[in-house]
Amino acid sequence: MIKTINLHKHFGDLHVLKGINTHIKKGEVVVVIGPSGSGKSTFLRCLNLLEQPTDGEIIFEGVSITDPKNDVNLQRQKMGMVFQGFNLFPMMNVTANVTLGPIKVKKASKNEAEALAQKLLERVGLPDKAEAYPKQLSGGQKQRVAIARALAMEPDVMLFDEPTSALDPEMVGEVLDVMKDLAAKGMTMVIVSHEMGFAKEVADRILFMDDGIIEEEGTPQEIFDNPKSPRTKDFLGKVLY
Amino acid sequence: MNLDFLIKYKMFYISGVQNTLLLAIFAVFFGVILGVMLALMKLSKKVVLRGIATAYIEFLRGTPVIVQIYIIYYGLPNLIPLDLPDMVWGVVALSLNSGAYVAEIIRAGIQAVDKGQMEAARSIGMPHNMGMRYIVIPQAFKNILPALGNEFIVVVKESAIVSVVGITELMYRADTIRGITYKAFAPLMVAAVIYFIITFTLSRLLGIVERRMSASD
Repeated sequence: MIKTINLHKHFGDLHVLKGINTHIKKGEVVVVIGPSGSGKSTFLRCLNLLEQPTDGEIIFEGVSITDPKNDVNLQRQKMGMVFQGFNLFPMMNVTANVTLGPIKVKKASKNEAEALAQKLLERVGLPDKAEAYPKQLSGGQKQRVAIARALAMEPDVMLFDEPTSALDPEMVGEVLDVMKDLAAKGMTMVIVSHEMGFAKEVADRILFMDDGIIEEEGTPQEIFDNPKSPRTKDFLGKVLY
Repeated sequence: MNLDFLIKYKMFYISGVQNTLLLAIFAVFFGVILGVMLALMKLSKKVVLRGIATAYIEFLRGTPVIVQIYIIYYGLPNLIPLDLPDMVWGVVALSLNSGAYVAEIIRAGIQAVDKGQMEAARSIGMPHNMGMRYIVIPQAFKNILPALGNEFIVVVKESAIVSVVGITELMYRADTIRGITYKAFAPLMVAAVIYFIITFTLSRLLGIVERRMSASD
């Protein structure tokens, strides 16, 4: 579904991604782990071109989205994204946040979009918050609304950029539960996360990134129980205790 | 303070206030249009547009407004032989000046909106322009309203300076009365009070709008 070929990203002199080759298959849940500064968030943000790669190619559903002639706005509709900082639209209530994409981008009717929004809010456990404004919600609720907003575009893949890192510990579970539910329903997901327990439980494949490359990849069993690279062992030794 | 002159010359004040209000309204209107254009140019990816806008803003903010008014009123007709009413030249000079300040207010307001807002808009498939229109600009507008309101008030006050080229607004009229009556204090105080009534009313109105806009906070 998403294929990256020799992906590079520079920020000025900083070489952040040093040739990422991977293939995310339909229905697969891929969790990207690694130390901070390893390039995992940059990698994720390159997938929907929020960061423009300096070199290499990304192929999404058979289309080269890094081709300068390609209109990435079309592919972004098919790639939902959830951010660490939620990024809800503060001047709109929850329903307006969720229906904005369908109404403005997909030209759906207001009724249609609102019915979908209600369904999605039920799915993320917030049917009673339709009229609330973002500032009235807790962090966990905000992130669940953000997930509903992304799902409203009916994407083929969901990208999660450290979705629980900005949350109070007691709110992490409610967001991870929504994500588990999505995974169980067959959604293709790419998740940058520090939640190792979650990674172990839901990932089909773990990518361990270090210093701009994929240092090691494999099933959770392979990575967590029998890591091969010394860097992976070192990292896991520090985060699993 | 003897206010007898008010009865005799009240028409001076009335027509002066009319012209001051006309100058201010049109200068604010065109100043905002110019300011939005300059702000978007300054935020553009194209170096040429950015350069033009920056040069314009720096020049207009770095030269005295009275010099600008002289250039527009006396200088410009030398270059383009247009026979326009004095008031039009006044509006042109004030809007060209105000536009530079408005541009900086708007640019700062747009840049103050969290980058994540545009990223969220792009991530649901919105093109850049749509993200600006529905997400960034509404938030920027709310942020800049106090500064923009302040600029409107500045324009009302600065419009007095076009009296130096003989545009018959409030200040010019007050000065005329001074010339006729040989009395300076009372006629000028009356003008000052009128200016204050205009700006005070304006700042109260803006306060009401601000409170309405912050309803979602």
